Amino acid sequence: MSELTVLEAINDCFHVELGRDENVMVMGQDIGRAGGVFRATAGLRDKFGPDRCVDTPLAEAGIMGTAVGLCMAGFRPVCEMQYDAFSYPGLDQLITHVGRYRWRTGGKMGFPLTVRMPYGGGVRAPELHDDSPETYYVHTPGVKVAIASTPADAKGLLAAAIRDPDPVVIFEPKLHYRTMRGEVPEGEYVVPLGQARVVREGDDVTLVAYGSMVPLAERAADALEGRASVHILDIRTLKPLDEEALLAAAAKTGRVVLVQEAPRTCGYAAELAAILAEKAMLDPQGPVLRVTGYDVPYPYWQIEDAYMPSVERVVDAVEKLLEF
Amino acid sequence: MAEVLPTERDLRRVIGDGDAIPDRQVEGLTDHDLVELYRSLILLRTYDERSVVYHSQGRIGTYAIFWNHEAMQAGSVYALDDGDWIFPSYRESAIGLLRGMAPATILSWWRGHPAGWWNPADYNVASICVPIGTHVPHAAGLAWGKRLRGEKSCAIVYFGDGATSEGSFHEGANFAAVMRAPLVLLCNNNGWAISTPVEDQTRAETLADKAVGYGMPGVRVDGTDVLAVFEATREGVERARAGAGPTFIEAVSYRAAPHATADDPKAYIDLERVEEEKRRECVGRFEGYLRRAGILTDEMAASIRSEAEQAMREGIAAAEAEPPADVSLVFDHAFVDPPASFADDLAELKRVLGE
Repeated sequence: MSELTVLEAINDCFHVELGRDENVMVMGQDIGRAGGVFRATAGLRDKFGPDRCVDTPLAEAGIMGTAVGLCMAGFRPVCEMQYDAFSYPGLDQLITHVGRYRWRTGGKMGFPLTVRMPYGGGVRAPELHDDSPETYYVHTPGVKVAIASTPADAKGLLAAAIRDPDPVVIFEPKLHYRTMRGEVPEGEYVVPLGQARVVREGDDVTLVAYGSMVPLAERAADALEGRASVHILDIRTLKPLDEEALLAAAAKTGRVVLVQEAPRTCGYAAELAAILAEKAMLDPQGPVLRVTGYDVPYPYWQIEDAYMPSVERVVDAVEKLLEF
Repeated sequence: MAEVLPTERDLRRVIGDGDAIPDRQVEGLTDHDLVELYRSLILLRTYDERSVVYHSQGRIGTYAIFWNHEAMQAGSVYALDDGDWIFPSYRESAIGLLRGMAPATILSWWRGHPAGWWNPADYNVASICVPIGTHVPHAAGLAWGKRLRGEKSCAIVYFGDGATSEGSFHEGANFAAVMRAPLVLLCNNNGWAISTPVEDQTRAETLADKAVGYGMPGVRVDGTDVLAVFEATREGVERARAGAGPTFIEAVSYRAAPHATADDPKAYIDLERVEEEKRRECVGRFEGYLRRAGILTDEMAASIRSEAEQAMREGIAAAEAEPPADVSLVFDHAFVDPPASFADDLAELKRVLGE
């Protein structure tokens, strides 16, 4: 075990996985010579060469589209989208081909590509460097989606994605890239997709979150100490969802608050709420509440804190539920 | 910086008009090759003409017609080795026939039946790309991957004049050039993207001019001259195998058939020009060339035609004999490792259907 930041854990994962499988290659803008704008791929070009850590032209759909062709040639490409909101041109390839190609070969040809990107706000960045676009990806058939909230999961989920036979999209909370440290197992380390994580046990209310909202949920739970015993579930893999863990976490307390940074309407929390409505009707002690971003363009950074779900908003939702 | 490669703007031709313009010979092509090219043309022509009939009989769904584009398909494929990859658009839906794919497979695709699925690696023919130009990056990626693996194989990607307006064409062409991908980009410029004329797609004088911007050679050929297409593709393939990167070929014709069975071009197309194109359509032109050279006899032509007709009769019979697809195929193959909800959904669906 060593104490690493989220970025160091991702970088460590790449060194392990590229060393383990010569078909794995990483590709993206500024990822080779510069090691990525956040340095997630630092050192890979020197160690594995420019053909396995590729500085590509500045073209997101081209990156994802050529990755489809590289899969056909037997590679396992890992595509970096430089920022969340820069990934949108790549959605064309993701929706029309990445998620459908295996299906249209009758399952005969695999497309084991990974797409990863920093996501989310709170970092005082310019416009379109702050989005939480996970719903677009989760909604795309044929694609799996995972979001890590700790350094260990950042390494383990990325390794799982790289080894997975299906296309996987990984979102990395850029807010915690360098600010969060944690124990990370050395060498090969895989966190299986499809398994949620109980962050802490509690009896009065359940907070369900993923990515950068998990540490926020923990802070909210701390703030509620003495007033409510808070259970926290980290979803980790948005697709396939660990439904059993969700239902168990909801049944544990009967009171559920879903926390999501993305805009509210049709966001991932809406899907979780629908599942709870369908399958946990007899458990609730009150309505399922959501604390989310608003249905607006992500604001300029001087007012971004007002957009972001906060400890105060989560605590307020919990209090409403407890009073219900 | 790479050198600026000039575009060849004059349309290359090999086949003459049987009158003032003489026939040329293509170096390296034997009489046997010429007959095989004819066989490919007839197979594609027969597939296309029968498909229009099958559509009118309600035996296949909406169908994208490729009548008079057989020459650019057959000529280019003949310049490839079997190990080279083909990336078709819907306009080249039947190009797999030239790699031994069964007509029933492609007819099943147009029948909307999962029997139309195939494994690209069985034929080195990618799936049919329905959205415009989004397969150009796939071809660039595959070809780049072949180079990375040190293999000598290359790829060809087909797309229309309208596709050159798409971002994915640009990104794919640029990637191919930057990565020195062994790729031939074959643009079927038939003058029309459904009802939009090529003049409304670009202010470039020719589509081949776009190649200059990518640092690759651009060549224009008569798209209805199977030998000119073969010759230009062979040069592109040689260049690709030599490690010199991609080549852009603009194969020029005039669309003489509707875009698809659902289209009525009378509202927009130049009908006189269509009649003119029909008189010089690509199969007849090549047949004239072969007869002038004394290579093709009536007997051979009849035998090749009947072979193709027989293949289509068997193909449509086999496609129609496919049992209805099981509803479980709705869920199969989207994932290697599907989410648990798929099994629940399928069980629920079967219960409701009473299965």
